[in-house]
Amino acid sequence: MRVLVALLAVLALVVVGWAGAGLPWVTGIVVPGVAFAVFVVGFVVRVIRWGRSPVPFNITSVAGQQASLPWIDRSPLDSPKNGFEAALRVAADVLLFRPLFRNTRTKRGHDRHPVYVPERLLWAAALVFHYALLVVILRHLRFFLEPPPPLVGAIDWWDGFFQLTTPVLYMTDVLLVAALVFLLGRRLVDRGLRYLSLPADYFPLFLLLGVALSGLYMRHLGKVDLIAVKELALGLATFQPRVPAGLDAAVFVHLVLVSVLVAYIPWSKLMHMGGIFLSPTRTLANDSRRRRHVNPWNPQVAVHTYAEWEDEFRDKLVAAGYPLDTAPAAAPAATSAPSSESVHA
Amino acid sequence: MKKTPDELLQAEWSPAGPDWLDPTVDFEARRGSWSYPAAPKNLKYLGFPNPREWSPTDADWKLPDDWQAILHRGLEERLAKYRSLRLFLDICVRCGACADKCHFFLGSGDPKNMPVLRAELLRSVYRKDFTTAGKLLGGLAGARALTPEVLKEWYYYFYQCTECRRCSVFCPYGIDTAEITMAARELLNLVGLNINWVMEPVANCHRTGNHLGIQPHTFKDNIEFLCDELADATGIRIAPSINRKGAELLFVVPSADYFADPGIYTFMGYLLLFEQLGLDYTLSAYVSEGGNFGLFTSHETIKRLNYKMYAEAKRLGVKWILGGECGHMWRVVHQYMDTLNGPADFLEDPVSPITGTRFDHAASTRMVHICEFTADLLQHGKLKLDKSRNDHLRLTFHDSCNPARAVGLLEEPRQVIRGVCNHFFEMPENTIREQTFCCGGGAGLGNDENMEMRMRGGLPRGSAVAHVRDTHGVNQLACICAIDRATLPALVEYWAPGVEVTGVHELVGNALVMEGETPRTSDLRGRPMLVPAEASHV
Ligand code: SF4
Ligand code: SF4
Repeated sequence: MRVLVALLAVLALVVVGWAGAGLPWVTGIVVPGVAFAVFVVGFVVRVIRWGRSPVPFNITSVAGQQASLPWIDRSPLDSPKNGFEAALRVAADVLLFRPLFRNTRTKRGHDRHPVYVPERLLWAAALVFHYALLVVILRHLRFFLEPPPPLVGAIDWWDGFFQLTTPVLYMTDVLLVAALVFLLGRRLVDRGLRYLSLPADYFPLFLLLGVALSGLYMRHLGKVDLIAVKELALGLATFQPRVPAGLDAAVFVHLVLVSVLVAYIPWSKLMHMGGIFLSPTRTLANDSRRRRHVNPWNPQVAVHTYAEWEDEFRDKLVAAGYPLDTAPAAAPAATSAPSSESVHA
Repeated sequence: MKKTPDELLQAEWSPAGPDWLDPTVDFEARRGSWSYPAAPKNLKYLGFPNPREWSPTDADWKLPDDWQAILHRGLEERLAKYRSLRLFLDICVRCGACADKCHFFLGSGDPKNMPVLRAELLRSVYRKDFTTAGKLLGGLAGARALTPEVLKEWYYYFYQCTECRRCSVFCPYGIDTAEITMAARELLNLVGLNINWVMEPVANCHRTGNHLGIQPHTFKDNIEFLCDELADATGIRIAPSINRKGAELLFVVPSADYFADPGIYTFMGYLLLFEQLGLDYTLSAYVSEGGNFGLFTSHETIKRLNYKMYAEAKRLGVKWILGGECGHMWRVVHQYMDTLNGPADFLEDPVSPITGTRFDHAASTRMVHICEFTADLLQHGKLKLDKSRNDHLRLTFHDSCNPARAVGLLEEPRQVIRGVCNHFFEMPENTIREQTFCCGGGAGLGNDENMEMRMRGGLPRGSAVAHVRDTHGVNQLACICAIDRATLPALVEYWAPGVEVTGVHELVGNALVMEGETPRTSDLRGRPMLVPAEASHV
């Protein structure tokens, strides 16, 4: 049901794109333009909103030995000692997906007792997906920049190294689709994942698949007019929009899907791309005993002071021979209510 | 516990049943897996809202009339105060990496114990109230209105998370479901949904200085009793000072250490160690608790209880603070104390009076963990030990959640154990260190009425203990946590019979060769040693 909703939504978008070929100015210029604006504004608003909520406590999660005694080997990446090491941890999380590399799957072993086996498929698929997407995006720069930067040419050459087809089939295209199919399949096959998944989990996967497949179609089957596509793209990139003749309907399908994807990012879980840089459990160093972490709203609270405690238990303290701050005779009557005195920030 | 281990092992990890958006919880049928509500007297004493008699099995939970508005405002306020909460509610991709990392899920098979779904219970309401997609699309976007049923479901599942943070280690973004649980418990507290096993200790601690409500004269009696026991066992008479001004160190322990078996043997270990070192320290009856059940209540409550530690250190004029073996106490000391009640500018840099080592890693908080302190002593060869006095013990070590995942205190206790014992064996690697599994009874859930869920949650730990018992003949489970020492005995009795629970400094106390001691033929618990040690070589 939740899968179907997401699939139908993406199919509807395909139809919109295909029909939109009849309105090239709207589908080719307005839609991508608006989508880009929504993305930029939405992304910034979202990050500002996160940034406005403070980080009151150092709640870093530690996954390795702290820096304490000099003879004990510590783990700089898993228990960073300072901001620099914490930045390295974030970099390793972002670039290498380290936490997922740690992943295990729990199985029933002897007598149904749990055993834990390494489970790196999710790590591999996620890594392949994200890097393939990055390469694909970089490759697309040749549509938007004239002349294309040399880096793009180099990527192009390596990516098409195997020259299996004409035009060459890019390795990253294949990997991208394969990773997406895996991620989708895993959500459908794993009963736990299927149970918890929402349409918002299937939708981006179908959308990305739609984008990738429409792209592959244009390159390998539709053989669309690349000169025209480049003219359209350059127009968008230079804010001098024009709609060249001879654009295939597939181009508009691709454009609409990409536009929706880009505009969808700020409103969805895809914001993890920004959030990962702000996650307090990872960005903070494990140095909370070494350096004081300041809470901007440190609360005022009612406390039970020593003087009140001494008053309340005076008789027992005297009987037990405790040293006292206030001599018994001078003491006021006992009270048992919590203090109204506040501690200040 | 009526159910047998075999029965519990039948739980399936592939969820079936109704859609998770359906909040229904049958409290009657699930007895054994929830905790009793807080007694009104405790809430009244602390000034918490809505004190009343009620039970989760009641249809009417006697909520304040405007409970929905209270919770909406409460969530709004917390979104503005905690980046963690807002971010964690926003960016989860439901990848499921955390799903099978929670001991409660592994033991119960209840899908809402998957950390990701536990968080979704709150996230779904956040979507409905605070996101455009949730407002427009409702259930299709995973959004739910906050109905009485949803609130009851929160009560069930947020008091079924021990805030152990194991899930966070595996999350690609570090999403810490414990943060979500802490926020949810704060919200629940706003409308009077709390559990007594948390609120009674909080109220007690606020008033008397410790969770158990032990008053100062009894505190002193207890310690004197333990000193008598020590004198019988070792021939050495120790009289630690209490509330003494001018001592060099204030020593703070969890109250169970001077109150209940087996913690009392750990306490004896501390006393022997300090006596042998001639340490200038004092205990305090006003701070007769290191633990802080405020951590399971609200950040304000953490501060209220933790306030006493620095206040007492200042009043007594000590140089720095030494802390005993306790898990959640060390989460508070390490990650909250300085921020909430510091700066500790009235204390001095923590320097070991015995070795001269400066504990730079505690330069600001000025509180040192006893395992750091003792590891340093061992490294410098300052202790005269006879390891063979622990030869009747075959040990494994349970990393407590908080020292492991909040502090990174992994090697220090191991150095101490290796320093005083000959037979030490690690449990399987996915069950120790940063991946350690909870005892199943932390965060206030270690009560008797919750026993079935404790045993379910204790399965991963119990299995790992049984494994080293069977492969290495392990008979002792060492830990550095008072909650562990209270909850693990029931756990091993259920999942790994034949294993006993011990603190680390109990082992130190056994091995320590004291000046003037009588010949030791039995350990601190009176169990015969394998090779009765000679006292004559002292
Ligand atoms: S591992 Fe993190 S992102 Fe993945 S489902 Fe769990 S909380 Fe969400
Ligand atoms: S913090 Fe621990 S108990 Fe809570 S959801 Fe995560 S793994 Fe489970």
